[in-house]
Amino acid sequence: MTPWNHKNRSKSGQPLVEPLMPLALIWLLITLALAVAPHAGELPVWLTLLFYAVAGWRGVIAVRNQALPPRWLLLPLALLVGAGVLIEYRTLLGRDAGVALLTAMTACKLLETRGLRDGVVLVFLGYLLVMSNLLYSQEILMVAWLFAVVVVMLAAQTMIYRQHAGLTGFAPLRLAGKMLVQAIPVMLILFVLFPRIPGPLWGLPKDAYQGRTGLSEEMSPGSVSELSKSDEVAFRVRFMNSPPPLRQLYWRGPVLWNFDGRKWTRHEELQANTPVAFTPEGAVVEYAVIMEPSNRRWLLALDLPASLPPRTGMTPSFQLLRDQPVNEVYRYEVHSYPAYRTGELTTLERSRALRLPGRGNPRAQELAAEWRARDPRPEALVNAALTLFREQAFYYTLTPPLLGVNSVDDFLFRTRQGFCEHYASAFVFLMRSAGVPARIVTGYQGGERNAMGDYLIVRQADAHAWAEVWLPERGWVRVDPTSAVAPNRIHEGLYAAVADPGSLPFLMRRGGSSEWLRQLALSWDLLNNSWNEWVLAYGPDRQKELLSGLGFGPVDWGEMTIAMIVALSGFGLIFTALRWRRRFARDPVARSWQRFCARLARRGLARGPHEGPLAFTERVAMQRPELAVPAQEIGKLYGALRYGPVAPAAAVRRLQQLTRRFRA
Amino acid sequence: MASPLEDRLDWVVRQVGSIILGKERAIRLALSCLLARGHLLIEDLPGMGKTTLAHTLARCLGLHYQRIQFTSDLLPADILGAAVYERQRETFIFHPGPIFAQLILADEINRATPKTQSALLEAMEEDQVTIEGETRPLPEPFFVIATQNPAYQIGTFPLPESQLDRFLMRIELGYPDVKAERFLLEGEDRREALGRLPVSMTPAQLHEAQALVAGIHVAPPLLDYLQALLTFSRESGRFRGGLSPRAGLALLRAARAWALLHRRGHVLPEDVQAVLPAVVGHRLHPGDDHLEQSTADLVSQLLNAIPLPV
Repeated sequence: MTPWNHKNRSKSGQPLVEPLMPLALIWLLITLALAVAPHAGELPVWLTLLFYAVAGWRGVIAVRNQALPPRWLLLPLALLVGAGVLIEYRTLLGRDAGVALLTAMTACKLLETRGLRDGVVLVFLGYLLVMSNLLYSQEILMVAWLFAVVVVMLAAQTMIYRQHAGLTGFAPLRLAGKMLVQAIPVMLILFVLFPRIPGPLWGLPKDAYQGRTGLSEEMSPGSVSELSKSDEVAFRVRFMNSPPPLRQLYWRGPVLWNFDGRKWTRHEELQANTPVAFTPEGAVVEYAVIMEPSNRRWLLALDLPASLPPRTGMTPSFQLLRDQPVNEVYRYEVHSYPAYRTGELTTLERSRALRLPGRGNPRAQELAAEWRARDPRPEALVNAALTLFREQAFYYTLTPPLLGVNSVDDFLFRTRQGFCEHYASAFVFLMRSAGVPARIVTGYQGGERNAMGDYLIVRQADAHAWAEVWLPERGWVRVDPTSAVAPNRIHEGLYAAVADPGSLPFLMRRGGSSEWLRQLALSWDLLNNSWNEWVLAYGPDRQKELLSGLGFGPVDWGEMTIAMIVALSGFGLIFTALRWRRRFARDPVARSWQRFCARLARRGLARGPHEGPLAFTERVAMQRPELAVPAQEIGKLYGALRYGPVAPAAAVRRLQQLTRRFRA
Repeated sequence: MASPLEDRLDWVVRQVGSIILGKERAIRLALSCLLARGHLLIEDLPGMGKTTLAHTLARCLGLHYQRIQFTSDLLPADILGAAVYERQRETFIFHPGPIFAQLILADEINRATPKTQSALLEAMEEDQVTIEGETRPLPEPFFVIATQNPAYQIGTFPLPESQLDRFLMRIELGYPDVKAERFLLEGEDRREALGRLPVSMTPAQLHEAQALVAGIHVAPPLLDYLQALLTFSRESGRFRGGLSPRAGLALLRAARAWALLHRRGHVLPEDVQAVLPAVVGHRLHPGDDHLEQSTADLVSQLLNAIPLPV
């Protein structure tokens, strides 16, 4: 029965709204407060305070049965609050302003909530508030919280729809929990089979993806060391076969060609939708990457990737680019060959790989010319540079001194303290000056094995920059000048290498008295990784993968919809069948009686659900006197067997016999 | 399964039915109430045969019968009795009141003051009375039929709900149908006929029948059904306050008696359904949303709402 069915009318003929009972309203206020709680960090303070003040006040009004503010006040109030949001965000659109407006208007709605109908509207506003939290975080804790909020919300909804059922205490909560548990199979079916569309269907607001740290498409002194302050997870990797050693784990990101004397930038665009060819030498490494949202198109892969994830292409410098930025947790599988040999350089590439800014850094150029005069072979030039880094007093540090206009000269001859971007940049500059084609590769190096979950965690602090030189015969060869200065960085990770490990973020440190806390963090990371892999990263690609893995072959969204409908109906049927079976018990007495009733029902004499055996058979006898004798005997016998103290086998057989013979 | 006792009960029903014409259902309910050791409240207009029914039952069952007309100046001592000083013996002698009878007709119970009402109701509850410090047991069996006039409530003291609860059943007699009325008009004086009625049962036999009621079998599915009824009355929101556990026990007891009266050794759902309106009608009140519906309507909704277990 819907709550609107029995609307009373006042004497003047005006419909009287059915009032919302205080208890139902209190439930509703509690859930709304819980739903808004995670937003408290993002909302302006005045709005959070306003919301909780209004909710609290509304609760007091309800309990004390006081009057609500007059109706004429509500419109100016709503306009005022809307204006407040507009001033705060300079817009009413987008994620942040939208959520603020939703919160503000929910608070206003509370002030005019009188009847049942308002309560129902508030419940739906509440669900919207719950969903809006997912625009900010989809982490496991948030989802657990929202799940709890939904249970309470459902309890509030139950209270509203069944105001007069006299539900008290935790009864509505129990009821809501029961309903949710019953809905779990449907939820799973929808989760697995609801056709997932690549990319957002209705375009999330632009500001929904702000505030992500991570690699960028340019590199200047200090840009990578800045990342070392963040122990946020960049991505996690699960290897299919035995993982290569840490020193081989170069996760390739943007490749930078252009240098303006200070800053390296990328200029390439996607060219191929097939992997760029190279000659692999040695074993293949297969792995799956579960990437955190980066808001960038590139995907990371080990040097050098030989396959493409779906909807991904490759640039000529072996960089993976997806058709859309990674705005969600994204899982993809790639395989790479750590040992390889690439092809010839084109003229254009050669000229770009040798290009230097017009002026600046004269001393570095002089040094390169000097080396070249001594031994012009590229390998000798590479060694000369590495020897310089290794043998002179160069330091690997997170906090290098600032560099002047001639950043390479300044670094090579004055400060001699730098992070990987300084070494890579100076190295590539020297190589280009000496006539060896070279480029910068940014990305991540190494990572941390989580032994508990057997996967690798790569954090932002693992960001790295290295160089590639092009050698005749071998093609592009990776050279990591950082390894010449601080070999530990490559072999053991950042913590072992930097001179000032104390400035590293907590999760990047190793050993020490708080190691147990770090281990705890790793267990938590394991949980998060499973959540990412199985829930958040379940996108269109994984869905297709799973369904074809189940033997469905390639499926399109139409077939998926059909599968979903079939699964849902199947569940419905099973559920009904279970209930049916409870009704059609296996007890022979009950079965006989059911057969008897079913036969009469087919002749238009259906037993009412509350009609007892004697009452029913008496009615049958009245309406069909020719059936009176057998029907009444069956009714009497069934009643005695069902409700009597004993059910003698002979009597049961007699009942079975009678019902079998019974013809309506 | 028929035994002489059940034949005898049938005989009682027929005998009473020869006086109270066309009211077999009400007679059977009244007799079930008696067999279930409960008290009966008859709510009806004057002249519908309430007194005759009580009188006939007493006569047929051979019970010692007393009628108490309740008025606003009736005192507890008028019912219970009092100790009176006797000069010859120079001592106080207890003169028992009309309550020391086996079947009492408390006519128009709602016209007496609450004090007097509660004197009777306490006696009904405890099967004994305490007068001037001395506890005296009431005769066995002890059966009260109280009547109430629903139409004229001026100058009355309606029984509170807690007192109503002490009556196992509340029934209405209603007008007789055309045939029965014609027979009544044509026939002889009821009073004379009553005087000629033979006693059909001894108190000992009645006692035996009451003992049989307790032994009527109740199967688990029937209890399921009964509990579903109780739960629905509590949770559907149609009633202001659902049925109490005492009401549940009363329902079961009445259904057992009804089953015995219909020559069954076990209770069928039909038995529960038959006694339900009489047992719960005075214990339930419409919820706030259902004020426009009568309790009788709601009780029939209650019956229709609960499917039988199979």
